[in-house]
Amino acid sequence: MSQHVLDKLKARFGTSILETHSDFGDDTAVVEPSQWKAVCQYLREEPALDFDLPVDLCGVDYPTRIPRMEVVMHLYSIAKGHRVRLKARVGDEEMSGAELDSVTSIWPGMNWLEREVWDMSGVRFNGHPDLRRILMYPEFEGHPLQKTYPADRTQPLVPYRTEEEAGLPLGKLEPFGPDEGMPFGRGGLPRVVDHEDD
Amino acid sequence: MEPLDIDLEEGELELPADPMHLNMGPSHPAMHGTVRIVLELSGETIVKADVQIGYLHRGFEKMSERGTWAQVFPYVDRLNYVSPMLNNVGYALAVEKLCGIAVPERCQWYRMVLGELARISDHLTCDGAMAMELGAFTPFLWFVKAREMVWDILEEETGARLTHSFGRIGGMANPPSRDFKGLCRAALPKILELVEQGEKMLLKNRIFIERLESVGVISGTDAVALGWTGPCLRASGVAYDIRKAHPYLRYDEVDFDVPIGRSGDTLDRFLVRLAEIRQSKRIIEQSLERMADEGPINCDDPRVVLPDKMDVYTTIEATIQHFKLIMEGAKVPKGEVYSYTEGGNGELGYYLVSDGGGTPYRVRIRPPCFQITGGLSKLLESRMLSDIVPTFGSLNMIGGECDH
Amino acid sequence: MGDVNRSLTVTGSEQGFATTRVDALLGWARKYSLFAYPFVTACCGMEFMALTSPRFDLARFGAEAPRFSPRQADLLWVVGTISQRQAPALRRIYEQMMSPKYVLAFGTCASTGGFYDNYTTVPGIDTIIPTDVYIPGCPPRPEAVLDGLMLLQDRIARNERRPGVVKPRVDPLSSVDGLVKLRRSAQDPRELVPELKREEEAAMALAGPVAEAPPGAKR
Repeated sequence: MSQHVLDKLKARFGTSILETHSDFGDDTAVVEPSQWKAVCQYLREEPALDFDLPVDLCGVDYPTRIPRMEVVMHLYSIAKGHRVRLKARVGDEEMSGAELDSVTSIWPGMNWLEREVWDMSGVRFNGHPDLRRILMYPEFEGHPLQKTYPADRTQPLVPYRTEEEAGLPLGKLEPFGPDEGMPFGRGGLPRVVDHEDD
Repeated sequence: MEPLDIDLEEGELELPADPMHLNMGPSHPAMHGTVRIVLELSGETIVKADVQIGYLHRGFEKMSERGTWAQVFPYVDRLNYVSPMLNNVGYALAVEKLCGIAVPERCQWYRMVLGELARISDHLTCDGAMAMELGAFTPFLWFVKAREMVWDILEEETGARLTHSFGRIGGMANPPSRDFKGLCRAALPKILELVEQGEKMLLKNRIFIERLESVGVISGTDAVALGWTGPCLRASGVAYDIRKAHPYLRYDEVDFDVPIGRSGDTLDRFLVRLAEIRQSKRIIEQSLERMADEGPINCDDPRVVLPDKMDVYTTIEATIQHFKLIMEGAKVPKGEVYSYTEGGNGELGYYLVSDGGGTPYRVRIRPPCFQITGGLSKLLESRMLSDIVPTFGSLNMIGGECDH
Repeated sequence: MGDVNRSLTVTGSEQGFATTRVDALLGWARKYSLFAYPFVTACCGMEFMALTSPRFDLARFGAEAPRFSPRQADLLWVVGTISQRQAPALRRIYEQMMSPKYVLAFGTCASTGGFYDNYTTVPGIDTIIPTDVYIPGCPPRPEAVLDGLMLLQDRIARNERRPGVVKPRVDPLSSVDGLVKLRRSAQDPRELVPELKREEEAAMALAGPVAEAPPGAKR
């Protein structure tokens, strides 16, 4: 679709562009992590490319390969109408060395996106003005979107109530009888039942 | 007391003061959306505003890795919960792009009409809530009444007022009901009438205009550098609408305008949304003319579409197909795709990564109001405390989408 | 002559029944003048907005006055999903309210965590604060919420602190008429599948006039 973007990147950066493809119509370039900021600067400043809208930044975890975490950035140019996807692969099994340069000085909109990638995937951004968690709370440990983080491991901030405190079984509410729960509607108002005494 | 006869510098007698820290907590009446703003105030002027989101983070991306491709639809509904049909259609288009299938024409018109109805509901809610937060309760109730009419149509079609889960890969869950066109055509003029009444009440009111005009101004280039899209960007003068720039479905075959603002202030964001309601009405009317009354809604691809129920009960092939689609999920080809549509707040993108199986490997939503809320602290610098309410309201931050 | 020893049992909740007229008066006053604190987070908030609209008027129950300070409110509406990050705020707001106070869990996410069974959602607010009425639904229809409010008012009047769950008014399993009729085809759902209806009629004919059905016949 916009093959000329990939051609210009390859012409300018040569071997730093590790691979390119245009599957499903999306032009993609995999970039050497050390050249990340230089590539972004070029894409922003080259007049024929003019990528001024920072669309998205996210991390995808491939734990079976090294480097493990793939940081994916999408960019768009409003004037020219073309898009590009940049990827950089960082981090080994324990996520050491998962670092990239921050591009907040090029696009201020990347500020929150980089914080989110740090929070969810664990990739550090060098030179970011304020790298702290954005979606999770500061006491949270771990990075939830890594495949090695189990989805149901909670780290509650407020300890859950115990049953003595509550005075009722908390696991499941007792199944209510037909009359209990709602005195109107289903069973009607409390019925008065006659029965003989034994 | 004797008068002071020494020369004093301007402000030398003022007591040194630290700026006051005020917390507009996650539960706040005037913020529709759960967000925490930690303010440093000097008097009533904001020195610094730290916007903290994440109070509605529900783990959408992690949950979608645990089901099948079709089981993501209910989660997607609850992202932008005021215009759920737009989210549904966006996700369905993304998976269809990855599978390489195109839905029949009747379905495309149907998706457009439902999407534009959802957009009307989104803009009505945003503008109504903004008016309510400034004290105008009556126009809020009128807009909610208009929204109820939209929800009545959606309830007749999908069965639910709010979270429909109506989209499917390769089509929709059910064909349009018999009365669909009649219902839409009857409701639209009434909705427009209520919008006009609300406009008349609000836009002639001096106080309302003064609270919104020149408040929260952002220029077009700043907005673009922040990643803004949608009505907030268009209010700053940048004419970027995906329905015009990169048309999908049948948007290139209908005739509509894109309202642009001039000054990028809160009043422009308010007015752009009202104007977009009228444009959505135009799109709906044209789409209803073009939509056929009969014809298939789901595409004919057995890899993704469930077979007809009677076949499932009577033939073995359909039973197996149904079983595999439900239990294992549609086998979407390996690869990755980024698909974008115009959501209620701007460019709603889905970045899907598939490993060839029935369970998604990664579903990433590009939430439009995440970037927009990221610009809030810049909008609030050196404004007053009472400007926070209309500015934040005009950004239409939907917690479910911003915090996914 | 009838039996002298006849006892009378009142079924339904008997404990906490208002025994004095003052209690009854206080219960009446409390239930019709609830000051609500809407702790709104998510999609259920849209239905909460719809509740205040003229169609599902909340004002006729006396519960529409929102008080955004917990010190002035006595009913806490927890509307929408509560994330782990939000939990301390919810707990603190509950602690700041003065008794008598009541809590309404609006929606499935507030009652049980909904389908967000993950690292970030609180599995029901009753793990953090005591709850009086649970309103299931995702989001619940405004009519269901009004049922929940009426249930709560009933509990306030009878001074009952056991929690209750809102259930549909007609038990769908009790009869075929209770099944939700599709609005599109306002006919018996069984008519839509003629083969199934014929089979059922054949089975009923086999059963004969006697009420005893042969084993294996569909009822």
